[in-house]
Parts: sequence; C-alpha cells; structure tokens
Amino acid sequence: MSKKSAPGPLEYLRRWQMQAWLGAVFLFLYAPLIALMAFSFNDSKRNIVWKGFTLKYYDKLFNDSALLEAFGNSLTIAAVSTVISLALGAAAALVLWRFRFPGKTALDGALALPIVVPEICMGVAMLVFFARVMPWPQGLPWPLNLGAIIIAHVSFSFPFVAVVVRARMASFNREMEEAARDLGAGEFRTIKDVILPHMAPSLVAGALLAFTLSLDDFVITFFTAGPDTVTFPVKVYSMVRFSVTPEVNAASTVLIVLTVLLTAAALKLQGDPAATAGHGAGDAK
Amino acid sequence: MLTMEQSWKQAKAVFAASLGPPLVWLALFFLAPMAIVWAYSFGHNAGLTEIAISGTFSNYARAIEPLYLKIFLKSAWVAGLTTGLCLVLGFPVALAITFASDKAKTWLLLLIMLPFWTNLLIRTYALIAVLRTEGYVNQGLEWLWKGGGGLAALVGLQPLGDFQPLELLHNNFAVILGLVYVHLPFMVLPLYSALDRLDKSLLEASLDLGAGHMRTLFKVVVPLALPGIASGILITFIPALGAYLTPDLLGGPDSQMIANVIERQFKRANDWPFGAAMSFVLMYLTFIAIAIQAVLAKKTPEAKA
Repeated sequence: MSKKSAPGPLEYLRRWQMQAWLGAVFLFLYAPLIALMAFSFNDSKRNIVWKGFTLKYYDKLFNDSALLEAFGNSLTIAAVSTVISLALGAAAALVLWRFRFPGKTALDGALALPIVVPEICMGVAMLVFFARVMPWPQGLPWPLNLGAIIIAHVSFSFPFVAVVVRARMASFNREMEEAARDLGAGEFRTIKDVILPHMAPSLVAGALLAFTLSLDDFVITFFTAGPDTVTFPVKVYSMVRFSVTPEVNAASTVLIVLTVLLTAAALKLQGDPAATAGHGAGDAK
Repeated sequence: MLTMEQSWKQAKAVFAASLGPPLVWLALFFLAPMAIVWAYSFGHNAGLTEIAISGTFSNYARAIEPLYLKIFLKSAWVAGLTTGLCLVLGFPVALAITFASDKAKTWLLLLIMLPFWTNLLIRTYALIAVLRTEGYVNQGLEWLWKGGGGLAALVGLQPLGDFQPLELLHNNFAVILGLVYVHLPFMVLPLYSALDRLDKSLLEASLDLGAGHMRTLFKVVVPLALPGIASGILITFIPALGAYLTPDLLGGPDSQMIANVIERQFKRANDWPFGAAMSFVLMYLTFIAIAIQAVLAKKTPEAKA
C-alpha cells in the first residue's frame, strides 16, 4: 500500500500491546499442534514426559496396514474428487459468467447451497441417498468402492471451485474473447487459448481448495463410508475415541507436513497468498 | 466498457455443454438427497426400514418439545459465545495484519491460514492432548504445585497436599475452547479483507483531528468495516452452530449440540423422520441467520474501494 513514514500512527504491529496480543493468539493456535508433532518423536508410551528422541512410532505407522490403507483411500478420494470438481466448477463458472439465461438466479442460489448448508445436514442427506435411492454396490474392487464418498465430496467441493473461478473471470476483458473470434478462432480454440490461460491461477487455487476440503472432511465421509471404506480422518476418529497414543501423533504429523507442503507448492505456483485468503482472486492484476 | 453477457441462444451448444454436467450433478447428488430428507421429515417409521411419508408435522412438534428446544437454545448460545470470543480475539489480529508491511502481511496471513488448512480432526485431537487429565496443562500445573509445595516446606509452612488435576476435558468449557480454536481463522480472514479495503486516510484524518486510537477504532474503523464484521460473524456462527466433531470429542454428556442429536437419530436411535426434521430445523436456522445478515448488509452503506 502507500508508503508511510517510519513509526507511523497506524503501524499497529510496532506497538508492544499488539505484539503481545498477536503472540498470545498464535501461541494459542500453534502450541497444541507443535506439542502434538513434538511428542510423536517421544520415546514414551505415556506421551507426556519427554523420554528421548525416537522414530519408532513412524516405523509402526508405516507398518500399520489399516492406517496406511485409510491414508491411501483419503489421498485417492481427494485426487479424484479434485479433478471432477475442477471440471464441474469451471463449467458452472463459465456458464454463469458468459451467458444470460432464464433461471440464472436460481442456479446461482442452488450452487451456493452446498457451501452454506451445515455439514451434518449434508451428511445425513448423503447417508439417506446411498442407503435408499442409489445403494453403492458392495465388494467392488479398489478404487471403485470409494465411489460414494467421491460423489459426496464432489458435491460439496465443486461449488467452491465455481466461486473461485468466477471471481477470477470477473477481471477478464470480454473484448479479448471477441477479438479471438474476429480473428477466426472457433469456440473450442477461444476457450483453450484465451479463456483458460486467464482462468489458470483460479484453477490452481480451486484445486488446492477442493483437495484440502476433501482431505479434511470427516462428518460427510463418516455418514457415507461403509465398513470397508475407511478414510484417514474416520480411522483417526476411531483411534482418538479410545486413547491418545504416539501413533496417532505420528500419523497427524505426516498429514500436517503434507498439508504445509501442498499449501507452499500452491502458493509458489500462484505467487499471491492473498488469493487463497479468498478475497484477492478477482484483483490479481 | 466491457461487452455484455451473451444470450444463451447465441451459442446453444456451448451453453448446453457447460451447463449440463454441473446442473445434473447438483440436482442428482445434492438437491435430490436433500429433498428426500425433507420428505422424510413429514413421515414416520412404518417397520424396521420402511418410512411412510404421511404429511405429519409430529416430528417438528417433537423437535420443539422442551428437551430438544433446550438443545437448540444451548447450541445457539454456545455458537454465539464462540463467535463473540473469536471476534474479540481476532479483531486486533486482523487490524495488525492490515497495517503490517507487505512482507509481514504475507507471513501473518500464512500463519492464520495454515491451521485453517490443517485437518479439523487433528486440531481437535491436539486439544485433547493438551486438556486431558494427564495432559500438558495439568502436567505443567502439577509441576508448579510440587515446586510451590517444596518452597512452602522450605520456609516452614504447611505442605500443600496432593495435586488435584483440573477437569478440563469433557465439559462445556472444552467445547467452547475447541470451537474458538477451530473457528478463529474463519473470523480473521473476512475481517482482514474488510479492513484492508478501508481508506486509510480516513483513519489518519481521525487521528490528526485529535481522536485517540480507541475512539478512532469505535467511531471510524468499526462502522466502516461493519459489513465485513457481519460476514465474519456469519461465517463463524454457521459452522459453530452445526458443529458435530468438537462437542462429540471434547464435550461431556451435557454438552450435546444439535448435530449430535441429529447423528444419534440416524445411527443409534434409528429414527430417521425425526432426525430429518431436526436437520431441516437446523437448516432453516442457518437460512434465517443468512437472511438477517443480508438485510443488515443492505442497510449499511458499504465502504467500497
């Protein structure tokens, strides 16, 4: 923003009260997570007093086939639902950005529904749907057995992708599209060479959003999953119910590191962290 | 300026090809399941797995019986308290980020967003490890207690007796702490995005004209940022109201919220029609909250940049 003189009156960050407040808030946000990660390396089953460094819980983790399977399921579901969500979300955003048509307001409202409806309501709706209307066949080979969960995840992620992509398209100069057409490009060519490049940053942001939403989801998966389709959060939930163990700490640490890496990669690709804060996608110019 | 949106008739093929898939998906895999739950809410159990949709309102009548009404009120109270705490904790943070240097801003935003990207279950689990009877807080307190006891013995006072661990987990305190912990980023991000759009010269003018920082904050910043504050409140309140995991894992027997009651109807209690009615009551409450926010947002003149 504008350049200010050295310790200006608005530089709240330089005041010690403000620094103390920020410090306390970040301590509140991070101390539990850091403690969790630190104690995954603790050589004690009781998980409280530091008894020395060990990697044995990671070793245990990588030999725990049930946990690994759940982890693999989660990553597969996240990857597949991200791809489908990107396609559906981009198409929805394109329609709403480009066309005037009867029922546009209704479609706009209906697309916002999966974003605002409480998770628990959507969870029970999915439970009812897959129990009574479209029972997902049992005993399908992997990864087809994950179909019901993938469908549920796409339903709540693709409207988010549509919002992000649409915000980005607001900054697109429609004359560019017309120019492309005047110069003889067909529909397909115009979309591929003119619209998609403009859309690209929002597709990256949308993909990151869809992937983390899917990886993060517990409630909706909990209602959709069958006994043989356990995801990582569902598995951790059943472990947490019993006790606090270093294995869960280790598994959590792996997922936290993965999340941090993914976020870092996406930010690097995108170059603007404000865009992922959900407000800068439109004014990225 | 830019040319207008195109009429759908001008490019029917493209229109149909890009509208079709998302529309079909939304209708089949979101609207239809919701509609079925809605229909079930007017039905009753007629056999082990049969549900007869008879158009009865008895499920809704049951949902407002004192037992369940109390849970609704309690959930709203817990969500409201969570939202208030998030606002108080988060506003100074958003303000500091807004006026930070560009480099610091990037890092602070990242620090706020990282827990937000981290798995909800893991964050809840991290809190369990902190709060439980043999958790870090109680361990720390016990250590201090023993130290204090040693000190007391040293100066010849009565020993302190045995340490009684605090009951921090499985109660309402833990639920509210957990909800604040989880939802704080939800509040900070919209607040930041509203404050960031403010015209900073207005603040400087207020300060130059002799108003103190507190006065500037409440007379200039808050009124101008009101739409952002309202959306922060909404974005925090809605998920907190429908929270399932936090009261389930951190709460005790008396900290049930609406979502836990709904879950029970669909799993253990096996009373789908009643669960469906509860779930639609929760949904209507959500829509009412959104409508109130929309009306308020229309009333306040928006500070547009």
